[in-house]
Amino acid sequence: MTQVLVIGAGPAGLAAATAASALGADVTVLDSSYDLGGQYWRHLPSTRPTASEGILLHGFERFRELRERLENDSQVRILTLSQVWAIDRNPDTRNAGDSSVGDRWRVHVLQGVPDGHDRLALTIIPDAIVFATGAHDRTLPFTGWQLPGVFSAGAAQALAKGERVAVGSRVVVSGAGPFLLPVAASLVQAGAKVLGVYEASTISRLASGWLPRPWQLLGAPGKAAELVGYVGNHLRNRIPYRTGRAVIAAEGDGRVERVVVARLDANWAPIVGTTRTIEADAVCIGHGFTPRLELPIAVGCALSAERFVAVDHRQATSSPGVYAAGEITGIGGVDAALAEGSIAGHSAAGGSDDEAAMSRQRRLRAASTRFAARIEAAHGIRPGWSQWLTPDTLICRCEEVSYGRLCDTSAHTGSAGLRSLKLSTRAGLGICQGRVCGRTVEDLLGRLAAGGLIDTTSTDRRPIVSPIRLGELAGGTVLPPAPPPPGNTEERE
Amino acid sequence: MVSQALLPENDPIRPGGSTPIGITVDGKPATGLTGQTIAAIMMAEGRLSWRRSSVAGEPRGLFCGIGICFDCLVVVNGERDVRACQRRAVSGDAIEFQHDELPGVAG
Ligand SMILES: Cc1cc2nc3c(=O)[nH]c(=O)nc-3n(C[C@H](O)[C@H](O)[C@H](O)COP(=O)(O)OP(=O)(O)OC[C@H]3O[C@@H](n4cnc5c(N)ncnc54)[C@H](O)[C@@H]3O)c2cc1C
Ligand code: FES
Repeated sequence: MTQVLVIGAGPAGLAAATAASALGADVTVLDSSYDLGGQYWRHLPSTRPTASEGILLHGFERFRELRERLENDSQVRILTLSQVWAIDRNPDTRNAGDSSVGDRWRVHVLQGVPDGHDRLALTIIPDAIVFATGAHDRTLPFTGWQLPGVFSAGAAQALAKGERVAVGSRVVVSGAGPFLLPVAASLVQAGAKVLGVYEASTISRLASGWLPRPWQLLGAPGKAAELVGYVGNHLRNRIPYRTGRAVIAAEGDGRVERVVVARLDANWAPIVGTTRTIEADAVCIGHGFTPRLELPIAVGCALSAERFVAVDHRQATSSPGVYAAGEITGIGGVDAALAEGSIAGHSAAGGSDDEAAMSRQRRLRAASTRFAARIEAAHGIRPGWSQWLTPDTLICRCEEVSYGRLCDTSAHTGSAGLRSLKLSTRAGLGICQGRVCGRTVEDLLGRLAAGGLIDTTSTDRRPIVSPIRLGELAGGTVLPPAPPPPGNTEERE
Repeated sequence: MVSQALLPENDPIRPGGSTPIGITVDGKPATGLTGQTIAAIMMAEGRLSWRRSSVAGEPRGLFCGIGICFDCLVVVNGERDVRACQRRAVSGDAIEFQHDELPGVAG
């Protein structure tokens, strides 16, 4: 029987596990979090029951069905609090030399509370892997973004949905993309006053992205209804939604007390003389999402030109036996993640191409992919944003490297090597491993180097996926492939 | 008040029962709910920062909220470098702040 390992239990991973089990595979689905659901279905812990949590979470019923089905499926092993920290080639691969099957990979897992010192080291050696590791917010820097009170949009969302904590009482939301709307809605539902949502893209670009083919938006049914819901929420709570504007600075003594908002041109460059200061205690920023690519890169998956995991119509990556689904293959939202997950799980379990169930999923995926293309057209980052930087603006938050230092180092060394520039500035080399600033550092250094950067060292490469404590490296139990017999629920939550 | 918890009586999702837990934050008692992260308990009390950055010594707290940025590190029962946004509090946890150099990575 095929052993399928699904990494990540958001919408894509849950759909993949369900589809793989339906074809009779032995499935292990794991996630570093305490609970299943990923970012989209982040919810309160079971120790905090509610009468109607569903009003915070679109499609919560769908989530509960998926979770219940998996929890009651004896072919499925669910491992929560399980962080994959590295993947390498299995030294005694039984497929050695057979390129059609590919390598077998050893997946190294630490199980236990986040950053705990006594986590259990496990090794899993599956026949097929489905990566469904999702994405995190892309946040463009601005002066003062290191002040307490500046949050990623996802942080505001996570605290509102998973904790019922509002990140501030007077909050400004700034960035680009439809995700700003559910963030504003969640903040209001958590008791904050949202002073305004500032969308960087200008109305004409939004119009060209959204308006020419409104039927495409309707083709992604869940999304359309959801967007109407968010807009309704805006109207009811009278939250100003302003386009062609951005927070370009945050100010305050030890925390955010004010933000500076400017009008932007179509290229996202701030227009001189248009700034306005708003008293606020929190600002939430999001300029789209960065896929979590380190594990796919570790097993040699090719990336697309847009720097997502490249997949074919079966969600197969370029690495044999390895599949990918959800935000790591493109930013399409929950509908795309679910459809891609179903196809990936089906393929990973050895399912054939032409089964009827898959053609429905493929139609759903196509609609969502068009939706994603339109989001990118309307809200994708434009280069003019760098004009709101000043020499003092921090670019790398961990190593506290300013824009001025990046410019000076680039000018003095005349280097066009990303790696050497990172080593001399320390930008992107802090403990977050460049997750927050990596793409920004690449972008800015690329513009500063006369003919662009020469090396292709991508900031997405991270052989050790998460910090591990010394001592955790030693040992490690190889997890037996078969799921535990029914009734053994120790490993479940 | 800046960051704050929504009072159950004002919450449209109508929370049912939950169990309070007591921890200490920088030596002072704090109360949260079972299942809450350490960061959420601190932020529910209006605290926005708890770490000082390694170079400039500037205040930092939660930024990404999902375990990516490592800005929120705290010491939990003597154990350093724990992401406060990821770790759920356990009754009796002693949370302290850390201000020294962070580990970096090569590459
Ligand atoms: C903070 C945040 C909030 C969001 N909220 C919304 C929203 O409200 N509405 C909306 O439309 N979109 C939202 N999004 C966009 C969201 O990414 C997608 O809508 C959807 O969740 C994507 O599903 P997915 O299954 O691809 O990934 P995710 O839902 O992100 O699931 C990926 C899972 O993989 C796990 N994982 C990653 N790496 C590892 C590892 N090494 N080891 C173990 N587990 C791992 C993660 O813990 C996570 O649970 C949000 C994104 C973020 C970052
Ligand atoms: S706030 Fe980013 S890791 Fe905790």
